[in-house]
Amino acid sequence: MSDTDEVDAWLDANAALLGIDVAPEWRDSVRLHLRFTRDRARSVLDFPLPDEADPAPVFRA
Amino acid sequence: MIDLAWSSAGAIASAVTRGEVSAAQVVERSLGRIAQRNTALNAFTAVTVERARARAATQPTGPLAGVPFAVKNLFDIAGLSTLAGSKINREHAPASADATLITRLEAAGAILVGALNMGEYAYDFTGENIHDGPSRNPHDTACMTGGSSGGSGGAVAGGLVPIALGSDTNGSIRVPASFCGIFGLKPTYGRLSRAGSFPFVSSLDHLGPFARNTTDLALAYDAMTGPDPRDPVCTGRVDAPVGPTLATGINGLRIACADGYFRAGASQEALTALDSMAKALDATLRIELPEAARARAAAYVITASEGAALHLQRLRTRPHDFDPDVRDRLIAGAMIPSAWVVHAQKFRRWYRDAVLRLFQQVDAIIAPATPCVAPPIGQKTFMLNGREVLLRPNIGIYTQPISFIGLPVVAVPVPQRESMPIGVQIIAAPWREDVALRIAYDLEARGIVRAPRPPE
Repeated sequence: MSDTDEVDAWLDANAALLGIDVAPEWRDSVRLHLRFTRDRARSVLDFPLPDEADPAPVFRA
Repeated sequence: MIDLAWSSAGAIASAVTRGEVSAAQVVERSLGRIAQRNTALNAFTAVTVERARARAATQPTGPLAGVPFAVKNLFDIAGLSTLAGSKINREHAPASADATLITRLEAAGAILVGALNMGEYAYDFTGENIHDGPSRNPHDTACMTGGSSGGSGGAVAGGLVPIALGSDTNGSIRVPASFCGIFGLKPTYGRLSRAGSFPFVSSLDHLGPFARNTTDLALAYDAMTGPDPRDPVCTGRVDAPVGPTLATGINGLRIACADGYFRAGASQEALTALDSMAKALDATLRIELPEAARARAAAYVITASEGAALHLQRLRTRPHDFDPDVRDRLIAGAMIPSAWVVHAQKFRRWYRDAVLRLFQQVDAIIAPATPCVAPPIGQKTFMLNGREVLLRPNIGIYTQPISFIGLPVVAVPVPQRESMPIGVQIIAAPWREDVALRIAYDLEARGIVRAPRPPE
């Protein structure tokens, strides 16, 4: 599957699941942001963390 | 009589307290400045004329007696719909009460004069807004104010009010402070109550003040601190006010200069500003924040996901009513797998622990606030590390890794000889706003940093 096909499959499956109607003229822009987000997420996912690592959704400084 | 447009909040409050000028005179001067300059700056989306006059007539007292201020339009103002820069929220019922921080500033004697322009739903670093038009930079109205608290930057830099409030999720106080050449304080996460403000990313949202000098930042900050049961994230701790220690100097403080990630990609202006401050502070130690690029990436993922979750229903039912730039990013954000977001939150914990270890060696770290000076309004890309990249997602590269773990930051303006001003971040350990403010005060007293007065 090419990168474009993969991103399109991601977009279409989620748009249906979430009930968001993505107009044809928005697709290029949404694809761009999906790729940008995916690349950033990959850099975070590449970082090894222990199973015990505690997430910080409500952060206390 | 003092020049009310360009006086500090402290000077105005002193003059009002001594009876040299009335709160009503101060308010009329501010309203006059807004009427005169707002067409060019587009900073205000609402001016609360009647409310301000009524309040001035009560002859308020306190450390901010008679000081006009304005707030980003995501703060609730009783009687107005809270826009958060959007078209959709215009249909919301008017707020029934003021945001906590407005109430606290007014309790200190300040007078609210209006609501300020901002990027839609705060998902923005430019200060542009498709519904209200762009906020314009007082130093060059063809240039961006920075965002998302664009009107807050423009109103303070343009001499319309001495104090404004904004919000900062990833840099939305520090970026406009940098582009507009003023001071901004993003306190520790959880320090100031967010009650009565429209959210963006609960995990990362902060509120804070803008001013044209450090003393005014401290005055506003001290008036706003304190627990608030209306915000579950707001801290219960009570620290001493920062005002009394502001002028105690920086002897003994260990100050380092951020290296690596925080120098790569910085323009000559940003590096010149940073290096001139490092020299003035004798900050010879260079320090690397571990995994800063990943921290920024993780902040990006959390922001996109939480922001999208907040707006999901609106994206389903009213996508055409969003700013397209904001909508398309939010739609992509709604499609992020949950495991990525949880991993980003776990990484946040790791990164926090790693950075806090640095604060065992140093008391403060200085870093650029923005990679460049204010770009022209409408510009879509800029050069970063020798590559042309999208402007919107990249203006916050130096602010995101800091707010990601809630560290307090004062953004200070460094005037440039031949270009627009630019800011530097003074970053302190959690709950040590006093340290960052002391350093800012010292630099200002020595003329290293100052808010330049724009041409009119």
